[in-house]
Amino acid sequence: MRTVARRRPAAARVLDEAPGLRAMTAVMAIMVFLTVLAGALGLGTASAGSLLDRQLAGRLTVQVVEGEPARADAAAARVLAALRTSRDVASATAVPRAELEALLRPWLGGDAEEAGLPVPAMIDVDLRDTSDAAVARVAATATAASPAARVDRHARWMSPVGGLMRSLTWLAAGVVLLMAAATAAVVVLAARAGLEAHRGTIEVMHMLGSTDLQLARLFQRRLTLDALVGGIAGAAVALGVVLLVGGQLASLGSELVGGIRLGIADWALLALLPLGFALLATLAARWTVTRALRRTL
Amino acid sequence: MTPPAMATIVQFENVGLRYGTGPEAQDAETLSDVSFSLQSGAFYFLTGASGAGKTSLLKLIYLAQRPSRGIIRLFGEDAVVLPRDRLPGFRRRMGVVFQDFRLVPHLSAADNVALPLRVAGMSEGDVTRSVREMLAWVGLADRAGARPATLSGGEQQRVAIARAVIARPEVLVADEPTGNVDPEMANRLIHLFGSLNRLGTTVVVATHDLHLLSRIPSAQMMRLDGGRLLDPTGSLRYPPQQGADAA
Repeated sequence: MRTVARRRPAAARVLDEAPGLRAMTAVMAIMVFLTVLAGALGLGTASAGSLLDRQLAGRLTVQVVEGEPARADAAAARVLAALRTSRDVASATAVPRAELEALLRPWLGGDAEEAGLPVPAMIDVDLRDTSDAAVARVAATATAASPAARVDRHARWMSPVGGLMRSLTWLAAGVVLLMAAATAAVVVLAARAGLEAHRGTIEVMHMLGSTDLQLARLFQRRLTLDALVGGIAGAAVALGVVLLVGGQLASLGSELVGGIRLGIADWALLALLPLGFALLATLAARWTVTRALRRTL
Repeated sequence: MTPPAMATIVQFENVGLRYGTGPEAQDAETLSDVSFSLQSGAFYFLTGASGAGKTSLLKLIYLAQRPSRGIIRLFGEDAVVLPRDRLPGFRRRMGVVFQDFRLVPHLSAADNVALPLRVAGMSEGDVTRSVREMLAWVGLADRAGARPATLSGGEQQRVAIARAVIARPEVLVADEPTGNVDPEMANRLIHLFGSLNRLGTTVVVATHDLHLLSRIPSAQMMRLDGGRLLDPTGSLRYPPQQGADAA
């Protein structure tokens, strides 16, 4: 009777180590590894997109384009004064000419004005109200102060970047869903292979009075355990990769790319993915086995 | 002597069984117009030549097969229309010794014997105690950890019997249980069935070994020939009449 008490629990011993079931661990590790990477990309781009929206939604640049620098500076001063009186404007700041020249230097060299190129005066504006109506009122105020004033919404010229971030987020979400569907399909196939490999045992168990649910539990316990072990291994490796890539992105020093970062909730969500996949495996295994057993007597 | 009043535990009425549904199956019923009733606590031998339909009849009793026609009543209920989800409850009231043993190959003898108790949800402590007693009863106490492949045919047979009777079934169905053992072991097994029968279990043993019949004097006999039950009224009696059934 030594064998009754040793090794795995009694119920777990009813199914032996069929190769089809054991392969599940490796397959699940790969599935969860890829899913965590896709999930991290989606959460990172969602975070970056959200940050971009917050940063750009209430910001404008007013350019005052005049041929002569002195007239441009005078017009810019009028526009700046007018903007500061607007109740829609939280703050308006003239960009120092030296800063503008520094921005242009890589393309035009250090003597753009001497070469007769008109360098516009620029004013950065933060809005209190980010609605289109408020933007229109601010634009009217600026052009009233100087017809040479042009208003650029940051959100408009950065919208392709925001669109790209949203596209990447949706793409990642789609990949996660596809991986979940593929995982369910793999579990269904593994459960069917297990049913075939253990056909004789199942018949005996049925004749001994096992219910479909008891038999389904044998398979779902095995498949869930394999999914969990494989999933945890795959997620651990993937989280390491995400951490490494995250560090490299941060070291680039780019404000845009640096926005792709994961918060604590994001890390927790990714770490919980193996549990989600194990649950998915449980449900898929139970559904497959009970459905197959219903066709027997 | 007036037979004691006994409850009918299994009842067949005009039962027919054919495998397959094609036109070739129409004229080839495995069982035809089988009618009999088994009384609770009695011992029955089911005899007949190979291919007579013994295994098919037993399959109908232990609910591995539904009949093509006729009525089967088990434990007072119509088993033909029994919903699938109620079958496990009925099967737990029966023990089956399969002709080919059907031991689970990767489980030890002890784990094989323990299966019905674990299916029934018994605690591991009780399972361990019961399995130990049962293996000792069939003379395999020292083979508890052995897997079926390492057991002889006779030992496998005894493990199969131990598994069939460990949950104290109301009906024990055994298909050629002595087919793979020597005469001495066959006698021991039949006496084992007799012991179980004396404890109140209805026993049905299919065999083509007519010598076994004399080992259980109180047993009744059912004979199958070509899928038909011969003279059920003459052979099915309780208690058996001395010398009336020399065949």
